Amino acid sequence: MALMRYAEALNAALREEMQADPSVFLFGEDIGRYGGVFKVTKGLMEEFGEGRVRDTPISEQAMTAMAVTAAMTGTRPVLEIMYADFIPLTLDALVNQASIYNYIWNGQVKMPFVLRTQGGGGAGAGAQHSKALDSMLAHIPGIKVVAPSTPADAKGMLKAAIRDDQPVVFLEHKLLYNTRAEVPEGDVIVPLGKAATLRPGTDVSIFATSRMVVEAGKAAGLLAADGISAEVIDLRSLRPLDLAAIKASVARTNHAVVVNEGWSFCGYVAELSATIMDHCFDDLDAPVARVALPDMPIPYSEPLENAMLPNAEKIAATARKVLG
Amino acid sequence: MKNAPSPDEHLEMYRKMLLVRHLEEGLGALHKEGRTRGPIHRCDGQEAVGVAATAVLAQGDKVATTHRGHAVYVGKGMQMRPIIAEIFGRATGACGGRAGHMLVAEADLGVIGGNAIVGAGIPAAAGMALSMQVRGEKGVAMCVFGDGAAQTGICHEAMNMAALWKLPVVFVLEHNQFGLTVPTEVQSPVADLSIRAAGYGIPAVIVDGNDAVAVYRAVAEAADRARRGEGPSMVECKTYRLEGFSTSDMGGYQKPEDIAAWKERDPLTVARRALASAFDEARLAEVEAAARDEVARAFAEALADPLPEFAVDAACNPYSEAV
Repeated sequence: MALMRYAEALNAALREEMQADPSVFLFGEDIGRYGGVFKVTKGLMEEFGEGRVRDTPISEQAMTAMAVTAAMTGTRPVLEIMYADFIPLTLDALVNQASIYNYIWNGQVKMPFVLRTQGGGGAGAGAQHSKALDSMLAHIPGIKVVAPSTPADAKGMLKAAIRDDQPVVFLEHKLLYNTRAEVPEGDVIVPLGKAATLRPGTDVSIFATSRMVVEAGKAAGLLAADGISAEVIDLRSLRPLDLAAIKASVARTNHAVVVNEGWSFCGYVAELSATIMDHCFDDLDAPVARVALPDMPIPYSEPLENAMLPNAEKIAATARKVLG
Repeated sequence: MKNAPSPDEHLEMYRKMLLVRHLEEGLGALHKEGRTRGPIHRCDGQEAVGVAATAVLAQGDKVATTHRGHAVYVGKGMQMRPIIAEIFGRATGACGGRAGHMLVAEADLGVIGGNAIVGAGIPAAAGMALSMQVRGEKGVAMCVFGDGAAQTGICHEAMNMAALWKLPVVFVLEHNQFGLTVPTEVQSPVADLSIRAAGYGIPAVIVDGNDAVAVYRAVAEAADRARRGEGPSMVECKTYRLEGFSTSDMGGYQKPEDIAAWKERDPLTVARRALASAFDEARLAEVEAAARDEVARAFAEALADPLPEFAVDAACNPYSEAV
């Protein structure tokens, strides 16, 4: 084990996969000479050269579309889109191109590319640099969407994503890059589509991804002080979703709270809620409760932004309400 | 002459143009009988562009085309039966009936592929060229795109990156004068769209898109340049869409005198006249009869082929336990 920051764990995954497979290459804005706005690609251009680590012009539409066909023709591109808020610029490539060809072309092509991006609020970045658009991405059949919360998962899941033959959108979080934790050394893969139990419990299940897992963990601490045993499940993968883990947890606790940093209406929490209703209805003692962003743009000023974001207190309060 | 097709290569282009014309006319007839499904975008009058541009490519080279891509499919070597079977949604279609006529692909032949989002083929070709450059493969990727696609934002982004990185790509601009129903002068302040290539440092030429030999020579030079590692080129082929936008087009906006003038310069007529100096009438008639028979046979076989069965694609499933 080695103590690593989340950003360093991602960097290690990229370096190891590029060393192992010459068809892996990176492109994106500011990722080469500068090493990435969040320093995830630091040192990689020096090690692998300008052919495999490419600074791009500000052209999200075309570079995402280029990643799609580069992936179909023998390479494994890893594309960095600097903010999840720029995802709408990439949507034709994802919705009309990447997601359809494996099926529409009857299995003639594979689509092994990774789109790395980071979203989420709490950094004072304003309405165009703070969003989590998870549900917009997870809505599309044929694309995997994952969002690790720990450095170990960041490394192991990025390695899995690069080796996957389907397109994977890899969601990072600007407030997680500097979090530090133990990461197993060597070629350790964390499979996509598998949830992890952060904290076992018996009274209520809290399902979350990305930074909201950290808040859910703190919420479980607050609830424990009141004698409530909360189980925190880090879904890790938004699509495919680990339905077995969800069913097993709800069967234990009979109560579910779902958390996501995106908007509530038609949001990822709406899908989680419906999924739990569909598959776990007989196990539920109360309706599933959602914790998400109010349906508003994210404001800049600190008290305004803080009032918007889901946090441990809101999650704990929602869990108490579910338990009646 | 450097980069000119041999007489046999020219005759082969003529044969493929005939296949495409018979395909388009056959589809038009079946549409009138109510036997086609969805809109079909015919390329009558534009066959020389798709056929001659792809004639210079090797099998390992790649091509991305438009929703009006039949000449590219045939030019790059696809057989008629899987094309027609795909258009009629048959299990034997090139994509098992899942794609339809706008999105045909045959990856082994480098047809990757049709694209019905106007402009999307441009970065598609640039991405395939990027893959070749990263892997050190000496291939060429081609995009055949229209004057409508030239107005998209993604066209600018993709051409800028292709030129910046000297990607081995050839941009073949099939200027057929219309974006759906709107004539080019209502869409663009400049008539010759390839003058924009200068803004990227991309060399460009304008050719008669109804003359297969002119298209071949210009595209061959562009492909050679790409193979030498000198980057992208553009060939603007001036042509004309003789039929409507699609089989659902009500028409009425194309001037009869324009249609008549362009029919005089039909690419099949241009090719036949040129070939008469190298081949006698009997040989040309033989090729023409064989092309007609080949398409008629392919229609008969494809229409008798079975329809596909629906199955859920596990890879699209939202739950990990189903993957």
